[in-house]
Amino acid sequence: MTHRSVEVPVVARVEGEGALHVRVDDGEITDLRLEIYEPPRFFEAFLEGRHFSEVPDIVPRICGICPVAYQMSAIYGLERLFGVQVPAGTRELRRLLYLGEWIESHVLHVFLLAAPDFLGYDSAIEMAASEPAMVKRALGLKRIGNDLMALIGGREIHPVSPRVGGFSKAPRPADLQAFVPRLEAALDEMGGIADFVAGLPKPSFPRPAEMVAMVHPDEYAINEGTLLSTTGRAFDAETFERVSREEHVEHSNALHSMMADTGTPYFVGPLARINLNAGRLTPAARECAERAGLSLPETDPFFSMAARVAETALAIEESIALIRSYRPPDPPMVDPRPRAGRATWTTEAPRGTLYHRYDVDAEGRIVKAKIVPPTSQNLRHMEADLRAFVPSVLDRPDEELTRLCEMVVRNYDPCISCATHFLTLDIERR
Amino acid sequence: MTANGKPRVAVFKMASCDGCQLQLLDAEEALLELAGAIDIVNFAEASSHVEPGPYDVTLIEGSISTPEQVEQVREIREQSRFLITIGACATSGGVQALRNVADTDAFVRTVYPTPAFVKTLERSTPVADIVRVDLQLTGCPVDRGQLLGVIASLLRGALPRLSTSTVCAECKRRGFVCVLVAKGEPCLGPVTITGCGALCPGYGRGCFGCFGPSQPPNTEALAARFLELGLSRREAAERFRFITGWAPAFKAAADALEGEPREEAVT
Repeated sequence: MTHRSVEVPVVARVEGEGALHVRVDDGEITDLRLEIYEPPRFFEAFLEGRHFSEVPDIVPRICGICPVAYQMSAIYGLERLFGVQVPAGTRELRRLLYLGEWIESHVLHVFLLAAPDFLGYDSAIEMAASEPAMVKRALGLKRIGNDLMALIGGREIHPVSPRVGGFSKAPRPADLQAFVPRLEAALDEMGGIADFVAGLPKPSFPRPAEMVAMVHPDEYAINEGTLLSTTGRAFDAETFERVSREEHVEHSNALHSMMADTGTPYFVGPLARINLNAGRLTPAARECAERAGLSLPETDPFFSMAARVAETALAIEESIALIRSYRPPDPPMVDPRPRAGRATWTTEAPRGTLYHRYDVDAEGRIVKAKIVPPTSQNLRHMEADLRAFVPSVLDRPDEELTRLCEMVVRNYDPCISCATHFLTLDIERR
Repeated sequence: MTANGKPRVAVFKMASCDGCQLQLLDAEEALLELAGAIDIVNFAEASSHVEPGPYDVTLIEGSISTPEQVEQVREIREQSRFLITIGACATSGGVQALRNVADTDAFVRTVYPTPAFVKTLERSTPVADIVRVDLQLTGCPVDRGQLLGVIASLLRGALPRLSTSTVCAECKRRGFVCVLVAKGEPCLGPVTITGCGALCPGYGRGCFGCFGPSQPPNTEALAARFLELGLSRREAAERFRFITGWAPAFKAAADALEGEPREEAVT
C-alpha cells in the first residue's frame, strides 16, 4: 500500500487560523478535513442580556475585515422588528458605507491574499518588489475604500457611527464630494486591473454547484433583498433556518452549513452573486467581468477573483452615483422604540450572505442570538471542492500540491475569525 | 537581527477578529516602506513565508483563551526580545472576556450543538497574565498611527512614549460638543485613555471605552453621574463591562455597581 502525507501547519493569507489534513491511500483520498482551530469567542452567548443599542458595537468585533456587514445585518433586522422609519437618505448612506467595505475587502483579497499564489510569491510585499506598479495601484484603490469607510463610519475597522435608527452623525456633502475625482480615476484603472487578473495562470476547475445569493428587483442586492439559489430555491431571512441547516463537526470550531432537505453543500460569495445578479451589473462592472474572463454563468471557483474585480468596479461606479445624489439624513438618526419579538435579516458581506437572528424582549434586551457567517456556509463546499480537485493534482510534488490546495480554499476568501461561532495543510499520502 | 542587519519582526494572533493586524496591512504604502527597514519573518495573514525565532520585535493580537495558546505564548516570549501586545484583546481580554463573568459551559452549549468538541479555558485573559510584556498598545482596534509610530521609534532604538491623556481632555482640545452634557448620553471619555482622537464624541455619540482605562480613572464619580442621568445600576455597570470590561479598573467599577441591590429587586 502506498501512503502519502503532506503537512502544512498554518494556511497563510487567510483571515484567522486553520489547517487542512489530507490522507491518500493507493491514490485514493481516504480522509480530508478542513480543521479550524480559531478559538471560539462565544459572541452569540454574550450578546444575551445586552441592550439592542449595543449590538452594532459588539458584532463588528467578530471580524475586523468586514465589520460593516455585521453591523448592517444586525441594524436592518432590529429596525424591521421595531418598525423604525429611518430618515430619508439613510438607506443610500448605508449602501455607500457597505460599498466602501466591498472595495477594501475585495482589493485586500485579490492583491494581498490571492494574487501572490497565482504568481508564485509568498506575499504581496514580495510581489511588490517585481510588480511595483500593480501593487501600488491596488493599494491606492484599497485606500479609497478604507477612506470612504473612515469618513462615514469614523474609522474603517469597527466603525462607530452606524446605529439602530440611523447614523450618530452623517458626513458633510463636501467631504463626500471630495471622493468623486479619486473614484473616477480608480474606475479608469479597473480595466487594467481586470486584464491583470485575466492574465493570471490558473487551473480549470468547472464545478456544478448550488450557489446562493441575495437578489433585489432594482439593484445588485447588498442590504436588502430575498435569497435565490442557482437551482431555483427562493427563500428569505425569515425562512433561512428552515432552508439552511448547520452541523457541528468534530474537527472544527466552526459549524458547517448545508441545505436542510438534501444535506448537500452550497456556496455563497462574489461568484454566486454575479451569477444570480448578472442583469444588475453596472456598465463598468460588465466590462470588467468580460475583460477578467468571466462568461456568465460561471461555475469555476477559480473565477472568484474575477468576480471580485467586477464587483469592485460596480462598487466604485455606484459610489460615484450615490455621492452625486447625496443629501445628508436630517436628523441623522431617530430614537428606536424596542418591541419584543424575533429579528432576522441577511445582507451580502464581501464573502457572501450573512444571516443574523435576534430574539428581543420588551425592554429591548437580546434574549437569544444566532449568526451564520458566509465562511461557515462555504466550509462544506470547500471540502467538497478539495475532494474533487486533489485527485487531479496528486502527481505534483508536495510543495506545489500544498499551494494548489491553498488556492482552492482561498477562492472562498475564508474568514476564519468569523466562521468560529481554518489552514494548516497536512497531506498524508500512503 | 538577520544577516542583512534588519530587525526580525513577527506577528502572531490569538483569539481575535484580525482587526489589529489588519491595521498593518491597511498601512499600505507605509507597510511597503516599513518592509524595507525590517524583515517580517512570521506574519501568517500576510505571507506564506515563515521563519522560526528568535525575533527582535513580536506583535501579538488577541486574547489567551485555550490551553494551547498558554503554551504558545510562553514559547513566543522565549523567542522574543521585545514583546508588544496590540489591541484590546491582547491587552485586556477583549470583548470575548465578557464570558469571564458568566458560566463558560453554558456559553459553549449556547453556541455549539456538540459541546464536547470545543476546547476552551474558563476565561479569556490578556497576554500579560501569562508572560511578561514589554509594551501594551490598547484600542479596539489599535490605532494605526500609534502602531506605526511605535515600530518606527523602536527601529531608531528609542522606547516610544504613549499619551496618558483621556478621551475627555482630547475631546475638549478638539472642540467637540460634549455628548454627556449636551445630550445626556453616558460617555466613558473621562475615564478612557486617548489614542482614538476622541472619535466617538466627534461622531456625536458617547465613548464606550475601547482604548481602556486611563491612569488613574475616577470611575466612581462617573458611575455616580451615570446614575444621575437615570441609568439603572445594571445599565451603568454595562457601560464599564464592555469592550475592555476585563481591564481591572473597569471591572472594579462594574462590580461595584452590580454589588448593590438592583432597583428592580427593591420594588
